[in-house]
Amino acid sequence: MSEDILSMEHITKVYENGFIANEDVSLSVRKGEIHALVGENGAGKTTLMNILFGFIPYQEGRILINGEEVHITGPLDAIEKGIGMVHQHFMQMPSLTVAENVVLGMEPVRGVIFDRQEAAKITQEISDKYDLKVNADDIVADLPIGLRQKVELLKALVRNCKLLILDEPTAVLTPQETEELFVQLKELKKNGFSIIFISHKLEEVMKLCDRVTVLRRGRSVGSGEIKDLTTAELSKMIVGRDVVTEIEKEKSEPKKDILSVEGLRCKNKDYVEVVKGIDLKVRAGEILGVAGVEGNGQVEVAEAITGMLIPSGGNIRINGKNIRGKTIKQIKDLGLSYISEDRLKYGCAPLMPIRENLMADRIDRKEYKKFGLFLDRKKIDDEVKQLIREYEIKCDDGEEEIRMLSGGNIQKVIVAREMSSGANLIVANQPTRGIDVGTTDLIRKTLIRKTREENVGVLLITSDLNEVLELSDRMIVMKDGQIVAHFNDVKKVSDEQLGEYMLGIRKMSPEEMEGLS
Amino acid sequence: MFNLDFICSFLASVIRVTTPLFFVSMATLVTRKAGLLNMATESMMLAAALTGVLVSGWTQSLLFGVLAGIVASAAVALIICYCAFKLKTDLYLTCIAVNTALSGGTTFAMYVFAHDKLYTLQVVHSKAFGNWNIPFIKDIPYLSTILSGHNILTYVSILGVVIMWFLIYKTRLGLRIRGVGENPRAAESSGVDPVKIYFISFLICSVYAAFGGMYMSMGYLSYFMRDMMSGRGFIGMSAMNVANAKPFLSMLTSLMFGFSQALANLMQLSNIPSEAVSMLPYISTVIILVVSSSIRMVLSLRKERAESKDYYDQPAD
Repeated sequence: MSEDILSMEHITKVYENGFIANEDVSLSVRKGEIHALVGENGAGKTTLMNILFGFIPYQEGRILINGEEVHITGPLDAIEKGIGMVHQHFMQMPSLTVAENVVLGMEPVRGVIFDRQEAAKITQEISDKYDLKVNADDIVADLPIGLRQKVELLKALVRNCKLLILDEPTAVLTPQETEELFVQLKELKKNGFSIIFISHKLEEVMKLCDRVTVLRRGRSVGSGEIKDLTTAELSKMIVGRDVVTEIEKEKSEPKKDILSVEGLRCKNKDYVEVVKGIDLKVRAGEILGVAGVEGNGQVEVAEAITGMLIPSGGNIRINGKNIRGKTIKQIKDLGLSYISEDRLKYGCAPLMPIRENLMADRIDRKEYKKFGLFLDRKKIDDEVKQLIREYEIKCDDGEEEIRMLSGGNIQKVIVAREMSSGANLIVANQPTRGIDVGTTDLIRKTLIRKTREENVGVLLITSDLNEVLELSDRMIVMKDGQIVAHFNDVKKVSDEQLGEYMLGIRKMSPEEMEGLS
Repeated sequence: MFNLDFICSFLASVIRVTTPLFFVSMATLVTRKAGLLNMATESMMLAAALTGVLVSGWTQSLLFGVLAGIVASAAVALIICYCAFKLKTDLYLTCIAVNTALSGGTTFAMYVFAHDKLYTLQVVHSKAFGNWNIPFIKDIPYLSTILSGHNILTYVSILGVVIMWFLIYKTRLGLRIRGVGENPRAAESSGVDPVKIYFISFLICSVYAAFGGMYMSMGYLSYFMRDMMSGRGFIGMSAMNVANAKPFLSMLTSLMFGFSQALANLMQLSNIPSEAVSMLPYISTVIILVVSSSIRMVLSLRKERAESKDYYDQPAD
């Protein structure tokens, strides 16, 4: 179609480690439209845009710009072809001025001297032309996020880009800033620009965009005119389950509270409040599932409980003891196990053997020492062997470096360690992400067995709907740092219902959330 | 002993021993602004110091000596850049390897060309930079002792700081260096090639380091001596780091380090064991680094604490 400014056809991208990020994805954008690219985190949106922007190569498919097939070799090439990108993490130099950031790479000069006035003039002109009000002489680091985003837009506009990609632009903005951005984007659309708007916030997509393409697990699952779609239809497309698997489990018989969280508030490393006062408790013998689109504060809750993040307010008690002021090690000793979502960074020491990774959390205990000084090698060997057998870790003898294993087997090592530590609270953050079906099954069954047989409490944070619906005894949904829904009986919850809470279409009142804390 | 004359001549000696630090701190500053920690100024200085002495002794021309010194220093820089940015070796390790190689290499070259393993004195008669008396100031008592009559390179080094400030903050190249140093990926997506900037900043660095080295062998002394930089490359780097890569502040911190060096020189005349005294500049380097980074740490910790104040201020249960 000639009216398409961009079309990406049948794009497939497989990473070196075998992870399929995009599989047969197609996307076409018309001139002068705002096109939404939606899907959950990990659905492959950012990968697709990085391909378009020339950051990463792809294996199959082709890209057409204005009907001509092109090969984009890198970001510079993309800019030359008229594609500008506003990254989620701004590509800026905070200590420089707005003008300096905007003109870098095409600076006006007098002789060798950088012409500051001219740079400011160029910036101010383009800023006035498109009504993106910034002060060219301000230092970028001092600006609020909304203005910093305008700087990114200006960078693309000053380079004559006709197709603008905005990667989750509203994720960092306040509601007012978002409103303002939308007005400006509509203005740009009137001026003939085409915009790809990446988001997982439905209300924004419905309000702003003309057409939409939905990605799920690396595939394009649908596209169409926004006006032909209802929010419910769209939300089903985004979060729907591909295959429903059922896991058998007995009804839980919860006992005393193991974890109680009261009024927890947390800020992220940019000092933005991302957890806004939540209460919850986990009892012995049950799994509390935390559903939600990623980035709504779930990770921060997990990190606050494990002591990796110091909250800005509230209280966390594990087995009745407040964790305030305690070190991570002391908190773990209260009876906590943690399966981190980033297994190579927080879950294990990649360069060390399996054996040492299995023993890392308990090596200082008395029972592993001889005469209180030397390690009891035999006891350690026996236990390592037993764990390897019990958790079906595929390896030779436990002496090889853990990074040589597949993702699934690495996760088995971590799960084996965390589940055998004797803790009665397990915080599991995305425990089965990106690993094979067999291992996933093993981990899920182990979690259930632990709660049913050993009176362990589990806080399960996951973006896998199947997982949260099948494993949880009770379930909460997080959105924008708050709990928006609580279900005492997970069996009665439908995909559609859950999707509406996750995407912020509905919210429970405090009365509806009885039994939460 | 501690009369005004004495104090003035002591302050003059501070300036004398700080001169190479001015050069080196600026040399490491330009690479730091490009986001690189350059540990090889020591070997750039050594290469320039020896080459300068040999070539000027051989041609009997100061100019040729200086040019050769700069070329030698730039060659070291290019080798490091080629290894680190084209062949992708680790920059630290490359710098350390080059330092070690040139510590031995300059001694070896000295033996080949000057037939001596310790110093070139009396074998090579090299030219040296002269001293300069500042008009007017040279007639003011006391002030003249402190400021006037220093080696030409001392004044060049101060000019060098101004030039560096101008380069970094006023020119297009400086803007690009700062841009790359802060966010190479962002710079690249704006059309600035980081590798090119790395090469350029290393070359500028090598010119500054060359003057620092030649000041030692053709100004402060008039011959090359084995390992004669004795850590000045690193002390200059520390001065720049303490000043957080601000040009004029680096000058001040360099003076601080120069002061302890001059003090050590002075104390060698006393009956304190000279080995203990010669530790002074290095110990003071460690102390200044520890103090300055502690201050930074406390400040950032305080900010973090303030953010979780409410959390900690709750009553204990």
